[in-house]
Amino acid sequence: MIGLPHYLVVAAILFTIGVFGIFVNRKNIIVILMSIELILLAVNINLVAFSAFLHDVAGQIFAMFVLTVAAAEAAVGLAILVTFFRNRGDIAVDDASMMKG
Amino acid sequence: MALQAIAFYLLAFVTIAAGLLVVSARNPVHSVLFLITAFFSAAGLFVLLGAEFLAMLLIVVYVGAVAVLFLFVVMMLDVDFAELRQGFAQYLPIGGLVGGILTLEMVFVAATVANNGAASKNPLPNASPGGVPNTEAIGRVLYTDYVFFFQLAGLVLLVAMIGAIVLTLRHKPGVKRQDIGAQVARTPKTGMELVQIKPGEGISE
Repeated sequence: MIGLPHYLVVAAILFTIGVFGIFVNRKNIIVILMSIELILLAVNINLVAFSAFLHDVAGQIFAMFVLTVAAAEAAVGLAILVTFFRNRGDIAVDDASMMKG
Repeated sequence: MALQAIAFYLLAFVTIAAGLLVVSARNPVHSVLFLITAFFSAAGLFVLLGAEFLAMLLIVVYVGAVAVLFLFVVMMLDVDFAELRQGFAQYLPIGGLVGGILTLEMVFVAATVANNGAASKNPLPNASPGGVPNTEAIGRVLYTDYVFFFQLAGLVLLVAMIGAIVLTLRHKPGVKRQDIGAQVARTPKTGMELVQIKPGEGISE
């Protein structure tokens, strides 16, 4: 019998994988952006699971808004990345201190 | 019910395995493809919960737009990705430790909430209350109670679109383009010049 805890555990593991990905890929901003997408997907699974088991459709509305913000964030993040690559010639973000000031 | 359990475990396993491969693949193109796999199987989990509309939205928005955008950028940038993997082994132990602790904590909280929270009274999922299809249930709430948030979401997308265009727009110098404003603003005064010429001499510019 698949209940709410099963879905919550899947979401928790996926969220942790996202955090872990940000930890270990500190130089590769593309993988960092993909890890953020994984984290938002985990949040969406949580929202939809609670929505289904509480018999309340509001959680799915919220998941839709999270989806919207995630798409906007990916578009702007990748635009910044392309501009950064044009100016620098590479995408190593751990020495991206030229943007200060 | 057993079939549902098999489907759940299969989709959950594929989601988590694909997620792990996203963060550990050597080639970022493979990472994007595993990301697409993870989104597909998460959409399958949504279907199991009864949220078909969000499942289709996930496939259309994420697989159709976001993942293709990622793929486009990864293939467009000419970067030495092997160099970017430096420090992977260095941060692996601390990352694994933090990740393990985080998972344990969240699993405990999830188990407590699921067994003692408000949702523990409902053993069966029902993503479309009111006896209507899932899409209709969402539409009934989205366009009434959440209409301002819906408009705000559209505004967020508009701002993101304009922001991305402004960030990546590039004007090349030396390209002649039609400037309609300058053309319309031209008067006889600025467009022509009267020169007094002495007889017998030409015009030299």
